Amino acid sequence: MQENCAVEMRNITKNFGPVAANSNVSLSIRRGEILSLLGENGSGKTTLMNMLAGIYYPDSGQIFVNGEEVRITSPKDAFDCGIGMIHQHFKLVSVLSAAENVVLGLDGPAVLDIKEVGRRIKEICERYSFSVSPEKKVYDMSVSEKQTLEIVKVLYRGADILILDEPTAVLTPQETEKLFDVLRAMKADGKAIVIITHKLHEVMELADRVAVLRRGEFAGEMMVRDTNPQEMTNMMVGRPISLNIERPDPVDPAERLVIKGLTVVDSEGITKLDNVTFTAMGGEILGIAGIAGSGQKELLEAVAGLQPVKSGSILYTPEDAPPSELVGKTPKQISNLGVSLAFVPEDRLGMGLVGGMGMTGNMLLRSWRRDKGVFIHAKEPSELAQRIKEELEVMTPSVRYPVRRLSGGNVQKVLVGREIASSPSVLMTAYAVRGLDINTSYTIYNLLTSQKMKGVAVIFVGEDLDVLLELCDRILVLYDGKVSGIVDARTADKEQIGLMMTRLSGKGGNADA
Amino acid sequence: MHNQRAPLFHLAKRTSLSPARAWTIRLASFVVAILIGGLIFLLLGDDPVSAYGAIITGSLGKKVAIRQTVKIAVPLLGTALAIAPCFKMRFWNIGAEGQITAGAIGATFFALNYYDKLPSPVLLIVMGLAGAVCGAFWAFIPAFFKARWGTNETLFTLMMNYIVIGLVKWLQGGPWEGKPGSQIIPNFASSAVLPKVFGIHCGWIIVLILTIFIYVYMRYSKHGYEIAVVGESENTARYAGMSVARITIRTMLLSGAISGLVGYMVASGANMTLYYSVADGVGFTAITVAWLAQLNPFAMIAISFLLAILDKGASTLQTVMNVPASISDIITGIFLFCMLASEFFINYRLVFRHDSGKEAVSE
Repeated sequence: MQENCAVEMRNITKNFGPVAANSNVSLSIRRGEILSLLGENGSGKTTLMNMLAGIYYPDSGQIFVNGEEVRITSPKDAFDCGIGMIHQHFKLVSVLSAAENVVLGLDGPAVLDIKEVGRRIKEICERYSFSVSPEKKVYDMSVSEKQTLEIVKVLYRGADILILDEPTAVLTPQETEKLFDVLRAMKADGKAIVIITHKLHEVMELADRVAVLRRGEFAGEMMVRDTNPQEMTNMMVGRPISLNIERPDPVDPAERLVIKGLTVVDSEGITKLDNVTFTAMGGEILGIAGIAGSGQKELLEAVAGLQPVKSGSILYTPEDAPPSELVGKTPKQISNLGVSLAFVPEDRLGMGLVGGMGMTGNMLLRSWRRDKGVFIHAKEPSELAQRIKEELEVMTPSVRYPVRRLSGGNVQKVLVGREIASSPSVLMTAYAVRGLDINTSYTIYNLLTSQKMKGVAVIFVGEDLDVLLELCDRILVLYDGKVSGIVDARTADKEQIGLMMTRLSGKGGNADA
Repeated sequence: MHNQRAPLFHLAKRTSLSPARAWTIRLASFVVAILIGGLIFLLLGDDPVSAYGAIITGSLGKKVAIRQTVKIAVPLLGTALAIAPCFKMRFWNIGAEGQITAGAIGATFFALNYYDKLPSPVLLIVMGLAGAVCGAFWAFIPAFFKARWGTNETLFTLMMNYIVIGLVKWLQGGPWEGKPGSQIIPNFASSAVLPKVFGIHCGWIIVLILTIFIYVYMRYSKHGYEIAVVGESENTARYAGMSVARITIRTMLLSGAISGLVGYMVASGANMTLYYSVADGVGFTAITVAWLAQLNPFAMIAISFLLAILDKGASTLQTVMNVPASISDIITGIFLFCMLASEFFINYRLVFRHDSGKEAVSE
């Protein structure tokens, strides 16, 4: 065993019912090194790390910390071992201040000296050059501030082994750079760092070593300097795949959706969309970029009829029919017109899918109304489910197996596959590849592109700017519910869009950012 | 340093369990319940074997006893069927008690006022319809408020129980009172009493038909599908173009109508009159039946029958062996507890400390 080995996991196995999340995985984590854990969706990366963080307990296998065998049965045990994990979904209490969140759950003197806590937080911040103000309430914080606070929280507890689960999924490019600087500073300080990610360019940029999981098994590891994205992808998928998104030029684009002055105010009176105007063309992919919560959700929901519109118009022109106004129509009428929404929410299941039902039951969600009579007819949906299972390689024991128990990527395949199968003429997807591995992401990109070539107007709300730039024809940038600009994806660059995401360019169009 | 001991055991979700093993576990839990119950009898100074013997003979020993047991099971099964769609929809209707009572009031109105004006078969059908309508109305009120203003259905349905029970008390002492001062509603005329089939009022046939109906309704109908989707996620239902408000109200109308029908059967078939405790806790016990059966209508038959055996058997026990009345509740509680526990062990297994790891350490 090497001297700088912080954690060693040996032959770890964990099953969830019939699903083997990890089987016989051995992995070592070293001090002064950033290890990147790669793998497709459902390959068991998060499960493996959750066993270090005390969320799950392995069915069999051993964990050594600093050469000693340990049993981690709770997050508290994990902290005692110096292990801290920053989860994909933050575990913060929003009505409490930063300092209060940091000491939450810690043993301490009867009287809490919150000033002292604040002082120690400042100390940690100075050490790694990031900033958190201890008095600030969590609900006032941006996503990146919350993430910083999560990091401070585990450092405060004395963690010197840090695990980050897809930390960059919610950050802008600029924030990601800042995070990476912090991680590099921690590495220089001798901490052991594990980062779970799907983004290969981040692995190349940040990590020293990369370990790959495939279907719950350890597929191999290598030094980042000796490898390249293609090799990592092949190892992840188990066979060579192409890493290019094909982007054919749009054929005869035609105006499909003309949105003018769309304004949406939520039930609490907050303006979510402010005078949004744009046109979506059939035969093109319109990307929508923006920091999380800039109005993407409301925009798609307004078009789908799920969000009351305060003012403005949404004019929809089908291929072979006169235009009609969508504002004021019910979701049912709108979807009958051929406008489809595949929204992948943060919890993936909240909308669009029924977790307790199998794939067949979820296919029914689209077709049940067309069935005549009192009874449901499961034959056609069952065939569709079978087809999607095969075509998109959904990993499920059967089409009747509850989708809630599938891994995130497979859940998304079911959702997107169903929406595409309904052959819409406007296809809206939000975060269709959220948290998806490369292989599946490319499957979905190709599906969207083939829809575009069929003349469908595709609206793609995305998080990854690299992908938006490669996949889309035009990109609309939202900032705080307003259109910050629309750029040509073939000529725009990442910095430009990143800046438009954080402030209004004022002019729209190809702003000089 | 951190080398604390492994936990004594931890829970692991079962991979899969053959139906045979699942039933073995259920059977084992049954045996455990019998043993614990026997312990209680021993503590009371009674002989467990003869106590259980009394329960069995008291509930199944004679034809009369079996009829009594079925009579207890009928409303339990009917009400469990009534609340199953609500629970599937995650609408916590704990107002079946009141909906039963409301149904009984509706049926009684026609029994008291039209017994000599309508031929018996017509009268019985009218009474059944009145029971269903009144039960549905009583369920509609909380459903409407929930759909319209998002009120809490648990509290609302519960409170509705007390109102309707109070209403019966008033009817008993007021407009429908038989002999002045008796506080009792007179017995129904024979034309308003449900006919008997095999010595039991024909309500048992009605609930068996309802069992099949609910099974098909929940499993194969569009309504059943809508209920399942709303129960899983209202957002998804909305997204699929379902009107959550309409489905909520429609399901509660159905649930209330079935409960009302149960009220009619109890008043007309079993009691032959109306009094304020016509529901007698059935609305609550049925919740246990529905959950234990995991909302499966056919399993509800078995469970309601089992509870009826315990209920009837224990009351015999009380007279035969002079044990306290509360013993019946205690024994029932033990059986329910063990049955619930068995479902837990069917889904999870305990992994004990020694079985993993240790031998691997020495390598």
